[in-house]
Amino acid sequence: MSNATLSPQRSSLRGATLPKWFAWAVAAGSVVLGLGISAAAGLGSSIQWALIAAILFVVGSYGISAKVEGRRQAKDRTATSLVWVAFLLAVIPLASLIWETVKRGIKVLDGYFLTHSMGVVADTEPGGGIYHAILGTLEQVGLATLISVPIGVLTAIYLVEYGRGRLAKAVTFFVDVMTGIPSIVAGLFILSLWILILGMGYSGFAGSMALSILMIPVVVRSTEEMLKLVPNELREASLALGVPKWRTILKVVLPTSLGGITTGVMLAIARITGETAPVLLLVWVTNFINSNPFSDPQASLPMYIYLQYANSGGSGAAYDRAWAAALTLIAFIMILNLVARGIARWKAPKTGR
Amino acid sequence: MAKRIDVSGLNAYYGSFLAIEDISMTVEPRSVTAFIGPSGCGKSTFLRTLNRMHEVTPGGRVDGKVMLDDENLYGAGIDPVAVRREVGMVFQRPNPFPTMSVYDNVAAGLRLNGKYKKSELDDVVEKSLKGANLWNEVKDRLNKPGSGLSGGQQQRLCIARAIAVEPNVLLMDEPCSALDPISTLAIEDLIGELKERFTIVIVTHNMQQAARVSDRTAFFNLAAVGQPGKLIEIDDTERIFSNPSVQATEDYISGRFG
Repeated sequence: MSNATLSPQRSSLRGATLPKWFAWAVAAGSVVLGLGISAAAGLGSSIQWALIAAILFVVGSYGISAKVEGRRQAKDRTATSLVWVAFLLAVIPLASLIWETVKRGIKVLDGYFLTHSMGVVADTEPGGGIYHAILGTLEQVGLATLISVPIGVLTAIYLVEYGRGRLAKAVTFFVDVMTGIPSIVAGLFILSLWILILGMGYSGFAGSMALSILMIPVVVRSTEEMLKLVPNELREASLALGVPKWRTILKVVLPTSLGGITTGVMLAIARITGETAPVLLLVWVTNFINSNPFSDPQASLPMYIYLQYANSGGSGAAYDRAWAAALTLIAFIMILNLVARGIARWKAPKTGR
Repeated sequence: MAKRIDVSGLNAYYGSFLAIEDISMTVEPRSVTAFIGPSGCGKSTFLRTLNRMHEVTPGGRVDGKVMLDDENLYGAGIDPVAVRREVGMVFQRPNPFPTMSVYDNVAAGLRLNGKYKKSELDDVVEKSLKGANLWNEVKDRLNKPGSGLSGGQQQRLCIARAIAVEPNVLLMDEPCSALDPISTLAIEDLIGELKERFTIVIVTHNMQQAARVSDRTAFFNLAAVGQPGKLIEIDDTERIFSNPSVQATEDYISGRFG
């Protein structure tokens, strides 16, 4: 590690550098040391040795690097290792969550589980499935999307392309306020309006309305940002061709930002799919298949997970079903995200020659 | 096709700021008129008033008269969208539509205005690309994205897009400032050909370019930053560059200013 210091003529542009495997060596060394220290001190938890190893890694790479390479490079290495430690801290919970869900959920997740309802199965018995809950979630989320996307995208178009002055500011303000509405409040609002005042019954549609209250601000925000990214030159180029403003927006601005808007919509869908509170208040739940979202209670995945878990007592058939349903929900959201990325890539402005 | 532009007493504002003051000039059909002058003197603003693009800018406002042959562009009942079909524009930075192919870019003006037949469109695209001296370079990749072309090709694509709608006047806002000398030469040659069919107005910071391509040159200046820009003089290019009638023009052209 000190080749450069040995060379007779030192260039001012060349300093001593540590080899590329240095970071890995320090990482391995600190893991070993961390394990050793916690074994010697009798610490049982894996969090403890990992933390010790992380600290050893940051301090160790700074110390060695400061000695050999100089303080600036040492600081650079410290910053890099802090970023890596933060990254690992962020990824570990995610990975362990997915691991746990897959491990526990895979047990009963099969074709039968996905295509049957809980209609004639008691909570304590094995068997049954989540077909009714998947159907309910798809219909409720689908309806919420149908309501929110036109409203959200049109609002964003107004804000970016037309909105000047007070009305636009007011709309922006209320969208901001809506972003912060807790889902239970959105549920209570629809409950009092739709069910208590208008006297309607529980239905998937009531849930969809509450979900769209949660979804609209997300769609507005992301669409707004995407529309702002469209260069003004493109709008001017189109206007200068004698194209009316509305056609410019429809044929130039929207296609250019379509990938981003789709991604935003998909993320908004992913956000509301896991909502439980409004569904609990407005859709209620049933063990039977109800394919009509406009009347009578419907099942949904979040409610199904909650009820199966609540009735399971911590083990047994209902407990396994709750985990399997959770796995289905995660997989559903993951597939949505992948589809969104696919669309974004497919629709992105092309630069290829 | 080419039409005469006759401007009289034109002021343009950004909000309450008067950007250009009391401009009057005549632009002859089938000629190239160059606008020169220091940055911020209102050349581009004035150019944008000629196809009512100035009012697209928030706060943009114009008073005065711009006669296109015998019609006042700022008269009552004039549709700015219709004006822009008559008076095309090419911008400083090449700006092809990124979601569209080369073909679609050229066809955009017709297609977005909704009146075309497929066979006609093919002809117009070929004619416009030939008109912009780009046909030979792109005929084999008409369906590739327009943004994949080189900068100079993109700018010629934008010119092809602008002439595809058959305007009467073509405005060019520093069309070569983002291009290398070879692409610039290509565009300058193209301007020489296009003036047979169109009235051309070009803003440029390059005085050699103004001298090379234009028949008449207008010099704009402003008294100080924050003051409105004014037209100092307009004359035959040869005269402006050899024997201008105003001292300020001579100072600017020979580099004695500031």
